[in-house]
Amino acid sequence: MVLEQATHYEAVIGLEVHVELNTNTKMFCSCAIDFGGEPNTRTCPVCLGQPGSLPVVNGKAVEAAIRLGLALGCDITPVSQFHRKNYFYPDMPKNYQISQYDVPICLGGALTVTTGEGDHRVGITRVHMEEDTGKSLHVGTSGRIHGAEYSLVDYNRAGIPLLEIVSEPDIRTAAQAQAYLAELRAIVLALGISDARLEEGSMRCDANVSLRPVGHTVFGTRAEVKNMNSIRSLGRAIEYEIARQTDLLTHGHRVVQETRHWDEDAGRTSTLRTKETTEDYRYFPDPDLVPVAPDAGWIEKLRAALPELPAAKRRRLVDDVGVGREQAATLVAIGLDGVLEDAVGAGAAAGEAANWLTNEVVAWGNEQDLEPSAAPLTGARLAELLALVSDGTLSKKLARQVLTGVLAGEGSPREVTKARGLEQISDSDAIAAAVDAAIVADPAAAQKVRDGNDKAIGALVGAVMRETRGQANPGLVNQLLRERLLSS
Amino acid sequence: MSLSTDDVRHVARLARLALTDDEVEALGGQLSNILAYAEKVGEVAAEDVPPTSHPYPLRNVYRTDEARASLPPEDAISTAPQAEDGRFHVPRIVGEEA
Repeated sequence: MVLEQATHYEAVIGLEVHVELNTNTKMFCSCAIDFGGEPNTRTCPVCLGQPGSLPVVNGKAVEAAIRLGLALGCDITPVSQFHRKNYFYPDMPKNYQISQYDVPICLGGALTVTTGEGDHRVGITRVHMEEDTGKSLHVGTSGRIHGAEYSLVDYNRAGIPLLEIVSEPDIRTAAQAQAYLAELRAIVLALGISDARLEEGSMRCDANVSLRPVGHTVFGTRAEVKNMNSIRSLGRAIEYEIARQTDLLTHGHRVVQETRHWDEDAGRTSTLRTKETTEDYRYFPDPDLVPVAPDAGWIEKLRAALPELPAAKRRRLVDDVGVGREQAATLVAIGLDGVLEDAVGAGAAAGEAANWLTNEVVAWGNEQDLEPSAAPLTGARLAELLALVSDGTLSKKLARQVLTGVLAGEGSPREVTKARGLEQISDSDAIAAAVDAAIVADPAAAQKVRDGNDKAIGALVGAVMRETRGQANPGLVNQLLRERLLSS
Repeated sequence: MSLSTDDVRHVARLARLALTDDEVEALGGQLSNILAYAEKVGEVAAEDVPPTSHPYPLRNVYRTDEARASLPPEDAISTAPQAEDGRFHVPRIVGEEA
């Protein structure tokens, strides 16, 4: 379709997200699911597509699909079935992938995502079950599929259950797309059905991006962008694609319907292949697999057992626990909401506890290259640390050192404070000598304070803090300095 | 339903078959006959007969999620015309991808 040239375009974006389930076994056979290991050690006649082998559905994968559908507000289809998606590509040894086609297990849900511009509703078209493909190693000079001399295939991954979540084209900006993917990931993690790691490919996201003049309702020609390995790269790829298509359209060119590959290092997309039409896959019902018809009792049982979902959790943290909106979002996103609630339960102030988790513990995660939720910190210990600050045993600065010790496995905050000798000195006699020494050592600063330059006191406080290895109570140091310099 | 030669060539391409013009002609006729058989079903199936993909009234056949031993890797690749480092060796991949 050719759109008339316009000056302002809006992006129309839909996402297709694949989630690899963390079941024990594959979708249609009893081969174990694991990562790594030698190639082709987790295969059998079924996932190798040997003649005469018959697939049988993993009930646990159906359960995961229903639970995700319920969490997304979908209708669970009374009778759905599996289709064969036929194509020639050696990542599937059968020459088809078992998927769902016109009757997927879940239909019609929605997700509300929050960005800087507010809340935005993104419809969910469908959630369907399918199987993952094998992994190809392209042998040749480039290491990529283009220019390869031949390929080597490992089918350990072939047949791992996948859920594909297809959104409506309701997304308008890169930020909304990122928020959608983050929220979907948080829901998947809350349900515990996948480890949903974008970097490692257990969660994958393709973006369909098109432009249309603002105010129009007809869709433009879309490009499908693949290979985004993080929420950040999803945002970058969409920004790039919007700029690329805007440039084409404003110069009177057309957008070609095709699949494009996102190159993270180069920061751009390039043509992977032009799009096959859907009928080329020749979908037909898989005669080896009987329909999936979950009974209402099972569905209701699964619905009742759903965990608290991220949106509800955030609402509760704000309304009931007293955490700020942004902090609540961060805590849920990084999986530290449980620690926060435990800390508040153990007497910590919600705002303070949230600050420590979203600042210090996040910084610790960055340093250690770990998820913040991997921090060995209980709510009780965080509450204990905050109590040590509020009773004056620790300054905030010392408390940070204590936290470092706690996270390094040195014990409880009290134990670390004691073992590292970090108690704040709040005894004026103990600080007096250091205060006097500081005045003698920097007579110029002392004179400035006497002359009414209040800021000059900072240098003297700093000297005392250094002398006491940061343990002097800063308020007390200030007070003692003023007594000596100003009261005479 | 009668298939055009373009239809036959398209289907042949999808199935990765190289057909001569004579074969396109001959197979086009045969395929049309097969489709005509299938159309018979449409004639006898009334409104009250739902489309069905399975002859048996079976539903919800599930496996428990318990792992069983996989094939020894040397058996897994034993039927491959070519293998390398425990992997299936396949010719250069051109064009398509799922």
